[in-house]
Amino acid sequence: MDIIYLLLPVALFIVIIIIVIFFWAVKSDQFEDLDGPAHRILMDDDNKPEKPAANDNKD
Amino acid sequence: MSKSAESSTCFHCGLPVDDRLHIYVKYQGENKPMCCYGCQAVAQAIIDSGMDDFYKYRTTMPEKPEEIVPEFLQQLKAYDSIAIQDKFVEKTSENNILEVSLILEGITCAACVWLNEKHISTLPGVINVSINYSNHRARVRWDNSKIHLSDILESISRIGYLAHPYDPEQHQFILEKERKQQIRRLGVSGLLGMQIMIFAVAMYSGDWWGMAESFRQSFRWISLAVCIPLIFYCSSVFFKSAYRDIINKRVGMDVPVSLGILIAFASSTANTVNGSGEVYFDSVAMFTFFLLSARFFEISSRKQTSEATEALLNLKPAIATRLKNYAVEKSSTIAPTIEQQESIAVTELKIGDLLLVQPGDVIPADGTIISGISGINESLITGESLPVTKKLNDAVIGGSTNTENPLVIQVSKLGEDSVLYSIQRLIDEAQHTKPAIAKLADRIASWFVGALLAIAAVVAYYWYTADAAQWLEITIATLVVSCPCALSLATPAAITAASGQLAKIGLLPKRAHALETLAHATDFVFDKTGTLTEGKIKLEKTVLNTDSYDEQRALTVAASLEANSEHPIAKALLDAYQSVADQHTLYKVENLIHTTGRGIQGTIDKTGWYIGNQDFIQQYCSCSFDSHAEGSASKIYLATKHEGVAIFILSDSIRKQAKSLIDQLHQQHLHTHLMSGDRIENASSVSRQLGIQHCQANLRPEDKLAKVKALQQQGAIVVMTGDGVNDAPVLAGANLSIAMGKGTRLAATTADMILISNHIEHIYRGYRIAVKTLGIIKQNLGWAILYNVVAIPAAATGYVEPWLAALGMSTSSLVVIFNAMRLNRIKY
Repeated sequence: MDIIYLLLPVALFIVIIIIVIFFWAVKSDQFEDLDGPAHRILMDDDNKPEKPAANDNKD
Repeated sequence: MSKSAESSTCFHCGLPVDDRLHIYVKYQGENKPMCCYGCQAVAQAIIDSGMDDFYKYRTTMPEKPEEIVPEFLQQLKAYDSIAIQDKFVEKTSENNILEVSLILEGITCAACVWLNEKHISTLPGVINVSINYSNHRARVRWDNSKIHLSDILESISRIGYLAHPYDPEQHQFILEKERKQQIRRLGVSGLLGMQIMIFAVAMYSGDWWGMAESFRQSFRWISLAVCIPLIFYCSSVFFKSAYRDIINKRVGMDVPVSLGILIAFASSTANTVNGSGEVYFDSVAMFTFFLLSARFFEISSRKQTSEATEALLNLKPAIATRLKNYAVEKSSTIAPTIEQQESIAVTELKIGDLLLVQPGDVIPADGTIISGISGINESLITGESLPVTKKLNDAVIGGSTNTENPLVIQVSKLGEDSVLYSIQRLIDEAQHTKPAIAKLADRIASWFVGALLAIAAVVAYYWYTADAAQWLEITIATLVVSCPCALSLATPAAITAASGQLAKIGLLPKRAHALETLAHATDFVFDKTGTLTEGKIKLEKTVLNTDSYDEQRALTVAASLEANSEHPIAKALLDAYQSVADQHTLYKVENLIHTTGRGIQGTIDKTGWYIGNQDFIQQYCSCSFDSHAEGSASKIYLATKHEGVAIFILSDSIRKQAKSLIDQLHQQHLHTHLMSGDRIENASSVSRQLGIQHCQANLRPEDKLAKVKALQQQGAIVVMTGDGVNDAPVLAGANLSIAMGKGTRLAATTADMILISNHIEHIYRGYRIAVKTLGIIKQNLGWAILYNVVAIPAAATGYVEPWLAALGMSTSSLVVIFNAMRLNRIKY
């Protein structure tokens, strides 16, 4: 069971890495809009008569 | 499903449809009824551009769209000027590619966001657009050589929303930083808490199945090590505000919270150092995480509203057109050359400046008319819905709207001397003396803390004399088990759930006390114009004075004469004409002469026609009108030289849902009042039709405030609903104030809640939600107290094992949260 004395610091190290990643995510605005993506994924375009790309080229 | 053409609500905005009106939009092969031309235009635009999925996805009805008037488009053009863009628009590294942040008005559900994103991104020249669902902000990047900012704003208004550019650098930046800090705290407390929980579970199982003391001790140390950053980084927010509370001699929820955390942490640390006894690091972590999340959701749901409105007030660029080198002529023609005009920010105006005010523009400052004559809409200040005619040397108030002809005014007062500023001062004073209801949870918290400390003292004393070896341990267990977790979650959990419900009906609370005060309300006070009424004049009735014309013909003549006028009465007649006309076309009018504030004359098919007020008709015609009935409403006369043809009776139509709102309030035995700045005839006619109990008219802003204060002195808890600047002081002074979403910004910033949906009936639903929420808060508090009544004696007598204490605590918190979620199934 002495392996636990190795595992404990390893676990803590992993937590520190996770926190660093989390701070980076907050900094890069990933938590800005917490509700939007949940709705957005449900609204795909079944019928699209007008394509933005086509419109862009026209101009 | 029956044919939807039979149903009587507007397919687009959900408001009731007048059954005389027959306008439809084809949606998936069916004719859907529309309540007005504004809705029709918007719905048509949405369907034509292939975005009709909007109607499938939406969960809330959108706001009734504003009509798009030419003046509005003119105002948008101002945003294209480089000097004004300087404040909002960011240049990117690429040539001609610009980026702007917009605030969108009118977003009610996720489908609105989707619709706007799709719509904006199909515009040629728009490179990228992303809309934040939570705060209704959009970032748009576009190619300035292909499209202008004003075109983007205009196209957004075509689908029924309003967009304003804003400067994200200001206080928004600070708010965003704060929010990020909150998220970081929440995340860290969750992550560290999970670690501590792993060790805690190991130790609890160790209690059952046995565990080597060396492991146990190393788990204690490592939990302490993880808990220290948690205390200093995450829990410190509670300590800070508890410290503030103590200094200000208040007892809020943060004092017992901090006390619980600190005692648990200190005793656990002591036990770790001693190498014996229980540690409660897991309770500390869980407690911190729960509270931080409850607070985070509560605050962000509230901030959303206040941010949006306050930002709008600050950022709308107020622009005036100043005239340089312009010789004042007393004639009525105003035609300064383009070179003589310059756009200038209102803040840079000086007294004596000459300003050009076009019809449809808001008058930028208090001043005197030095050229021109026009109708000025002062409903903002006075509540009177019809424009007042102002001529040479008359004073005009900054903030009122010019409706008919161009004017040149000379600025006479600015800043602190202006009429608007004096109203602002009234607001400040009223807000200062606003009576507040003491918060239920805080009252209970202070009572609870006192009782808890007293019990702890008794327990400590008892065990110290009975069994000195155990006294410290048992006292700490008592304090920890009573951890005021459920107690402090009781309110935030319910309020978070209620905010979701309120958002669905479009009634957004801006201030923390809003729900509790609304639930206690006894008296509902309403403003008239724009609140109970639409704030827009409509043709109510046509009274024919002769047999030679029928109603439709008379209306067509009137509409033809008024076709080119911007006056609200003209618009009302034109609207009425359009809704009854099927095949009629307007007549060609010759020799049109416009007399401001009085009437119009013109020749149709060689007959001279006159339309206007009574004086105007008497001056030109030798005819008489039989009927002068119904003294209250505004009347417009139509006549030829020798024959009185018809009287058009116009009034500001009452919102269709107002009657049922008032009835529902009466059913709950609540009192209703109407307080208006308008004339008594108009006010009492509205109040009679709706059955409002008390009606007062002719009130200035300070009179309204005094009346509300008088009510409050009799013990009433007053909810005030209003929309105008004239309502702002009374909104500030009432116990709770609700501003109409379409009202003025000033009213919105002073109010505690904003009815963004403009469905006035939702005030009653809001009231029901508030009552229910308060009920749930009370149940939650009751549960928390019951839990403590059971747990504290058990702990005090030494019967509570640590794992049981932890289990009890989490269960009681979950009960509180699940109870709050019942609010999602409210019935009205």
